Amino acid sequence: MKLNRRTLLASGATAATLATLGLPVRAQEGPLKVGFIYVGPIGDGGWTYQHDQGRLAVEEHFGDAVETIYQESVPEGADAERAITQMVLSGAKLIFTTSFGYMDPTVNVATQFPDVRFEHATGYKTAPNLAVYDARFYEGRAVIGTIAGRMTKTNKIGYIGSFPIPEVIQGINSSFIHARKVNPDVEMVVIWAYTWFDPAKEADAAKAMIEQGVDVILQHTDSTAPQAAAQEAGNVFTFGQASDMEAFKPTPRISSIIDNWGPYYIQRIQAVLDGTWESQSFWGGIAEGEVLIGEITEAVPAEVKAEAEALRDQIASKAYHPFTGPLNKQDGSVWLAEGQVATDEELRGLNFYVEGIAGEIPS
Amino acid sequence: MDLSGISPILLLASLMVASTPILLAALGELVVERAGILNLGVEGMMITGAITGFATAVATGSPVLGFLGAAAGGAALSVLFAVLVLWLKSNQVATGLALTLFGLGLASLVGQSYNGIRAPEMADITIPVLSELPVLGPILFQHDWVVYLGLALVAAVWWFLRTQAGLTLRAVGENHEAAHALGYKVLRLRFFAILFGGACAGLGGAYLSLVRVPQWTEGVTAGAGWIALAIVVFASWRPLRLLLGAWLFGGISVLQLNLQAANVPVPVEVLSMAPYVITILVLVLISSGRGRAALAAPGSLGQPFHASR
Amino acid sequence: MIVLEKRPAPSRGWALATPVLAVLATMVVGGLLFAALGKDPVLAIRTIFWDPLFGDFASYTRPQLLIKAGPLILIAIGLSFGFRAGIWNIGAEGQYVLGALTGAAVGLAFYPSESRLIFPLMVLAGALGGMAWALIPALLKVRFGTNEILVSLMLVYVATNLLAYAALGPLQNPEGMGFPGSRNLAQWPAAANLDLLPGTGVHWGVVAAGLAVIAAYILLSRHVFGFAVRLAGQSPRAAAFAGVSPSGLVYACMAISGALAGLAGVFEVTGPAGQISIDFNVSYGFTAIIVAFLGRLHPVGILLAGLLMALTYIGGEMAQTQLGLPAAAVQLFQGMLLFFLLAMDLLTTYRLRLGHQRVTATRPVATQPHPAGGTR
Repeated sequence: MKLNRRTLLASGATAATLATLGLPVRAQEGPLKVGFIYVGPIGDGGWTYQHDQGRLAVEEHFGDAVETIYQESVPEGADAERAITQMVLSGAKLIFTTSFGYMDPTVNVATQFPDVRFEHATGYKTAPNLAVYDARFYEGRAVIGTIAGRMTKTNKIGYIGSFPIPEVIQGINSSFIHARKVNPDVEMVVIWAYTWFDPAKEADAAKAMIEQGVDVILQHTDSTAPQAAAQEAGNVFTFGQASDMEAFKPTPRISSIIDNWGPYYIQRIQAVLDGTWESQSFWGGIAEGEVLIGEITEAVPAEVKAEAEALRDQIASKAYHPFTGPLNKQDGSVWLAEGQVATDEELRGLNFYVEGIAGEIPS
Repeated sequence: MDLSGISPILLLASLMVASTPILLAALGELVVERAGILNLGVEGMMITGAITGFATAVATGSPVLGFLGAAAGGAALSVLFAVLVLWLKSNQVATGLALTLFGLGLASLVGQSYNGIRAPEMADITIPVLSELPVLGPILFQHDWVVYLGLALVAAVWWFLRTQAGLTLRAVGENHEAAHALGYKVLRLRFFAILFGGACAGLGGAYLSLVRVPQWTEGVTAGAGWIALAIVVFASWRPLRLLLGAWLFGGISVLQLNLQAANVPVPVEVLSMAPYVITILVLVLISSGRGRAALAAPGSLGQPFHASR
Repeated sequence: MIVLEKRPAPSRGWALATPVLAVLATMVVGGLLFAALGKDPVLAIRTIFWDPLFGDFASYTRPQLLIKAGPLILIAIGLSFGFRAGIWNIGAEGQYVLGALTGAAVGLAFYPSESRLIFPLMVLAGALGGMAWALIPALLKVRFGTNEILVSLMLVYVATNLLAYAALGPLQNPEGMGFPGSRNLAQWPAAANLDLLPGTGVHWGVVAAGLAVIAAYILLSRHVFGFAVRLAGQSPRAAAFAGVSPSGLVYACMAISGALAGLAGVFEVTGPAGQISIDFNVSYGFTAIIVAFLGRLHPVGILLAGLLMALTYIGGEMAQTQLGLPAAAVQLFQGMLLFFLLAMDLLTTYRLRLGHQRVTATRPVATQPHPAGGTR
């Protein structure tokens, strides 16, 4: 962004006026106030629900030392900036904004209030008082990709994608690589739903896959509709996404990837309390407890379960990285040489399939 | 690209299921609009039905009772609309929009204690003999009973509109002043039409929360109520065409996903907007073509009625 | 038995009293709801209705009220002409989206130019885009007699699909890591719709809304167009005799409402929203319909109704963060307020009387569409 007079006015002036107007940003007495901005309703059973579980874990951990406030269903864009500002005004000293679309609003508010700390989920813009955090969901995908590769009888694995963004492409690649490792005949069928949450559409997507011979379905959308579709079809396995989706145990849901934000939230709030908080770009995975593998049910043979758990533990101990060469890109060109590991930077901008996946990423 | 993977039979069978919620909601709205009332609150009634149905089914363990609860919930919400529009003479468009807002809020408030619970299961009813038929069997006769109920209701409404009572309803919708002058009870008829509309929308919502998902999650209807409104127009207020419309609107989505699964690159947005463009074309055709009076929108649609004598 | 009797003319006293009564009734019923949820009802009502105006942070929230109300008022003013004349554009949501899309597209075509002309050009494009989208139902109505309610509603769905297409395709930010959404226009000085009063966030859209209110007031009370609109609403036949062209009126009303909705869209996308994204539209177009009716289609009424809606939005947000009220309860509360307002409107145009209905001479002309009872 080019800096010139107008932009300076836009950002600088706001901070100055708010400060000089002497707005009584509520003084900090007693508990530390921590704010959460949610993109969906808490009852979405997925993304927002899991962030709120993290908030509840914070409340339980800190008791009276911390007070949490939150706002649900905040649209990304115009309303987000106001919602974040109001949280600052009501005395929040640390604010978690939990969706990619809050990136620019968070940056704007962070510029205005240099002594309030902000944490933005899944974004990439940082500032001295603005950290970003994300989870390495692809690590979990490697584990369930392994299970999927072993469990499929038709050798067709389905992946319901939300939007063609790096996070989802990482997930598709990671699950495919690991499914193929244990089952060289595996094929991957990808459907883009263009939504994070639309039960009817997700059910239709699952059905379309099942009708075309897919018998293991991975989903990157948040509703349980694909689970129900799989159950109805019988002999189709699924994995919980975002939340455990334990209502569909032991089949069709045979395991899950759980977003577990509690440990990170507790750690960062502790840092504020200790006065050690610093801006950072954090990307935690299985090792940090941010990505959990839900119970692998008895529908999975013991040796497959052991294999998956071994992979999980290897990733947890950082002995193994899911994107380790040799790996080729979809067009056959070399991506990672033998033993080479993908850098975080590469993964954050990932926009291609690995070799073996058919189809194109829509652009 | 592998189109051979797409089985037309299975495609049509899933179409039957995918179109059921929008079909039910649209059918209710069709009757309402035939009576001359435009209720834009379908989404609100659907989601209310989705939660009341889910809560009833969980409490009683019976999906059938659940659907009854859903119909009751949708109808109860529509009473609010009816009272406002019929007796308090409020504007239908604004009231319908307010009803959607109210219904969405109500449903998520009621639903807060139902997160993560599963609904009691509902079995498919495979109709003996018929389900064995090649092609038609899997398409038509291997579904759950709500799919059949939807089809039966379409037939019932088709038949009803031809009965004396149905003709009266249509007369009220075409010209409420004249109907009133003839001594028909305009408001009472409209009240029952609105109630029926609410009940149907409730059933449609419950089909999502009890069969398709089947769990309560906020926003479970995800705009299905708005699609139902479009289908009514597409169908030019005819029950049998409504079926066609529901299949078209549901089918585009199913087809799009199937093509993707077969690795055919599809312009998703272009396909998704297609049914609406087609609906507008249908509207133009029926408004400009011959037999216009017989095909166009009910004459009194959306107008307030005040019996002045 | 209580019967309704139409007043010869809407009651002025009731017109002023009913909104107050409706707000009071909502406070009582809403208070009961909040109490049932375990919240202090007085505190909750105070947070929603009082704090945004006079609370500790009023110097921040007051301008925010204007920002939230701006697009609602702008769109509702545009709609009110048609609604008065019996022309029902309920697709403002789509026109709003199109305005934002065309505005953003025209601007982004010149990225990263620093020319001062870009913002005015975008505003113009936005108004034209919204207008063009609204003229489709107008054209179809005039040429083929299609119902504009339904066509304009269908075009909302088409517009939201276009929005998704643009956000994922042609307008996608090439530096956006593949996430759906355009470049941030608010961060591009040539296109940014910046604060007019530094630090308040009050932007051109708010000014445009204010101007629209004044212009509509003058147009309706002083200009021949306002006369034609009112006459067409009261009696289409009389309007025809007076030389008002029905199709001209359709075009004019739809064009005005579309252009104003488009303007609201382009001001929003260059200012508070900042970018085209898949869920850019947050139902301003639909909410504005309610605002238009709550304001009884009168410019001043719309101004007040828009501010009241904005108050419930912002107060509702404050109640969520400060009292932990669920978003659903706030939504329910808003729905309740609208119901009470719509219901009590009855008292303005009708008189409650005990006894039997009698034949009166005030029977409305019923052969043409009429707006709701409260609007004439």
